[in-house]
Amino acid sequence: MSSYTDEQVAHLVDGTLDWETTFRMLSMPKDAGRFAQYLAALQARVRFDDRIILPLGPHLYIVQSATTGRWVTQCDCGHVFGDYRENWKLHAHVYVRDTPEAMTEVYPGLMAPDTRWQVYREYYCPSCAAMHDVEAPTPWYPVIHDFEPDIEAFYKEWVKLPLPARAS
Amino acid sequence: MNMMSNKEVGFADLLGNGQTLNQFRDGVIERTQATGHYDGLRELAFRDSDPIGYEKLFSKLRGGLVHARETAKKIAASPIVEQEGELCFTLYNAVGDCVLTSTGIIIHVGTMGAAIKYMIENNWEANPGISPGDMFTNNDCSIGNVHPCDIATIVPIFWEGRLIGWVGGVTHVIDTGSVTPGSMSTGQTQRFGDGYMITCRKTGVNDQPLRDWLHESQRSVRTPKYWILDEKTRIAGCHMIRELVEEVIRADGIEAYQSFAREVIEEGRRGLQGRIKAMTLPGKYRKVSFVDVPYKHDDVQVSNAFAKLDSIMHSPCEMTIKADGKWRLDFEGASRWGWHTFNAHQVAFTSGIWVMMCQTLVPTQRINDGAYFATEFRLPKGTWCNPDDRRTGHAYAWHFLVSGWSALWRGLGQSYFSRGYLEEVNAGNANTSNWLQGGGINQDGEIHAVNSFEASSCGTGACAVKDGLNHAAAIWNPEGDMGDIEIWEMAEPLLYLGRNVKANSSGYGKYRGGCGFETLRMVWNAQDWTMFFMGNGFMNSDWGLMGGYPAATGYRFEAHRTGLDKRIASGDSLPLGGDLDPSEPDYERHIDATARVKRDKQCVTTEDCYANHDLYLNYLRGGPGFGDPIDREPKAVEADLNQAFLLPEYAQKVYGVVFTQDGKGVFTVDEERTAARRGQMRRERLARAMPTREWMKEERQRIVDKHASTQVQHMFATSFGLSEKFKKQFKDFWSLPESWDLREEDLGVPSYGASHRMDLSRLPDVSTVVQVEE
Repeated sequence: MSSYTDEQVAHLVDGTLDWETTFRMLSMPKDAGRFAQYLAALQARVRFDDRIILPLGPHLYIVQSATTGRWVTQCDCGHVFGDYRENWKLHAHVYVRDTPEAMTEVYPGLMAPDTRWQVYREYYCPSCAAMHDVEAPTPWYPVIHDFEPDIEAFYKEWVKLPLPARAS
Repeated sequence: MNMMSNKEVGFADLLGNGQTLNQFRDGVIERTQATGHYDGLRELAFRDSDPIGYEKLFSKLRGGLVHARETAKKIAASPIVEQEGELCFTLYNAVGDCVLTSTGIIIHVGTMGAAIKYMIENNWEANPGISPGDMFTNNDCSIGNVHPCDIATIVPIFWEGRLIGWVGGVTHVIDTGSVTPGSMSTGQTQRFGDGYMITCRKTGVNDQPLRDWLHESQRSVRTPKYWILDEKTRIAGCHMIRELVEEVIRADGIEAYQSFAREVIEEGRRGLQGRIKAMTLPGKYRKVSFVDVPYKHDDVQVSNAFAKLDSIMHSPCEMTIKADGKWRLDFEGASRWGWHTFNAHQVAFTSGIWVMMCQTLVPTQRINDGAYFATEFRLPKGTWCNPDDRRTGHAYAWHFLVSGWSALWRGLGQSYFSRGYLEEVNAGNANTSNWLQGGGINQDGEIHAVNSFEASSCGTGACAVKDGLNHAAAIWNPEGDMGDIEIWEMAEPLLYLGRNVKANSSGYGKYRGGCGFETLRMVWNAQDWTMFFMGNGFMNSDWGLMGGYPAATGYRFEAHRTGLDKRIASGDSLPLGGDLDPSEPDYERHIDATARVKRDKQCVTTEDCYANHDLYLNYLRGGPGFGDPIDREPKAVEADLNQAFLLPEYAQKVYGVVFTQDGKGVFTVDEERTAARRGQMRRERLARAMPTREWMKEERQRIVDKHASTQVQHMFATSFGLSEKFKKQFKDFWSLPESWDLREEDLGVPSYGASHRMDLSRLPDVSTVVQVEE
């Protein structure tokens, strides 16, 4: 079983880990303690006091609210997107690239999708404007609720960590 | 004396245990289903009692499989096999379950197994018989092959008169004699035009190919020289592996071998479950992907009016990772198969997925059917990934498969990211195209076909800690290689005028996708030459991940009556290198003003004529990006600018980078002004966006008004036609009135095949093998 220092995991999070160690991470069996080290590294980097329960993206987390004890989806600027079981995108701001002009803002002519076939939906944090996701569906496609983690099974059965309390 | 022998009653007793192969296989299935362990193996007695002996057997067999592949491929003349490595050898146990496989196109772990199971289910042991020294050939897509150009040779392995297993070898041939040349052609809309189709036919006895087979097969394709050498490659590899098995049994005994051939599959099943628990996270992941099927265009010339419509492939996937480490992949809501060559058999899907998974979840040498037994697949009957009609075409099933699987990368990427294994995250795979194909009379004066495998080196998806690899790989071949220019120029009457990294082809992000590349080809010394395009153009099939953008879409460039012969003779300027910015075309400045040029997004075409000195741009796609582009290190953007991976306009617009360029053309970013510009971009984002629920009200009204292109409506209509569940979810999400409906027959486009279909299983005396929940 491999193991890595907290410093190495912190470098991984920052994208500054040396290639030799990164390659070892890729090629060796996984280090079971990574999740706890990862949470610690992330917690040290965010400005909020809420406890990170599960990272969802580079700026998005499920956290235990320090004030209510509820589990919510939260941006690293502190903006709350609602209950962790809900689709956070429904509480975001969206910009839809559904015209040729909007598409050619991001790709040269001929290299962008035809908006009669496909659009881009850019989901931003309403507070800090971090772009948390870009969907590229057809027009009409429902906003996708793309991840519903089984946090309880993960903590209790997989990584054997105490499950943080959750106020209802 | 007057009683019928086993031969007359059709019972060959190949196993020497009084059971038919079918009865024996049924027992394996029953024991697997009853216990949850392959063949009821709760204990791995051989592995646990003699772990070193077990590992020695593994090493000998795996090493022999890889060695056979590396040696046999040197026989082939086709660059697809010899250069790109489009071949694979696989060892099976008696019931056709994969024991071990070589490197290469390991999608065929399951496809050749499906062919063996088809022979078992349909009593091949009685007729045509299965004997030592036999060879069977299969490329039938209706029983599991991916596409007809993957030709499999399957050889039974006997020991002391009993069947103990099989070995299969597959190569991707250059041409299958389909309606148009090239191995993955587009001109046909049904199986009947897909080319020479062989259904588990006995093509050899006593280790020799049968003469009728040789004569018939070689004249059924356009490229007999390559065909013959490909077959010799497959036969040589199979026979090497058969000898290896005999050698192993002589050294270690038949009991050890037989135990290994069962236990290693159960070990593979447990291995996948273990990897899932070690690397992922339980829960539900919902991802979706699409790809365009633009057949309405005049440059798609097919023989059926009913195929002339624009449509979209829809591949929604709900991936459920369970607390016990098992997983389920459910494609409820997928769109219907269509009149094109992109349909995929269920086995192409379930088997092909491992060629992807061995690059991420199971990067192990022990790829076998164990992973299949650890996975629940649900592919609804009638969808593009499990057609319910025996007429469907499959020549380029990969077009849909690579698109469908791009969604799975994102599901797994989410799980790796959330768990902290950032090094494993991959935003997705490129749409592995364009496919340059065509044929005619080549530079040697012979009837020829071409299929450039440069697509085996597209950009890869971005990781959560680094950029994707540039022009490096294809999802369908973990050992992909773009091939040497010199070899392609020998194989194709097409000279290279450029081979360059494709600027802006990768998906933007904190970490960008790998760049694709482009090659400009000039027809030279050919006669009656044709070519066509095959790829995505109007849509991306990949998406970015967590704020990253998808890769760029494809487009086509072709030029005729270029006048290049005269320009070369007079030393005039020539179109050389890359098509750097298609918004500002440059090639046209170096060909005759009267040249006929096609520059558009129609990336599926059919065979069109090309004269010598005509041009064709082969643009191989990039990979998708990861994370918000304005989080990208400004120095990384600077490096992209200085390598011409990125056009300056998009460094500003997408990455918010402020830079200067010196007299030598070197770019330097200004980090302070970049930070300020990025702050401004955040304000611009919020100014142009609106709350999602507000936007949903507008979109809902467009749905109520049926305001969308016909191809979008057609996609939804075919999905609704197959899935009431998906339709209900759609209507519930948008709060549509009960009366709202969308039916294919109301769209004013051909709906041939929408209502009346006939599955292969309805043919007399045919038992199909079903390996998924339908």
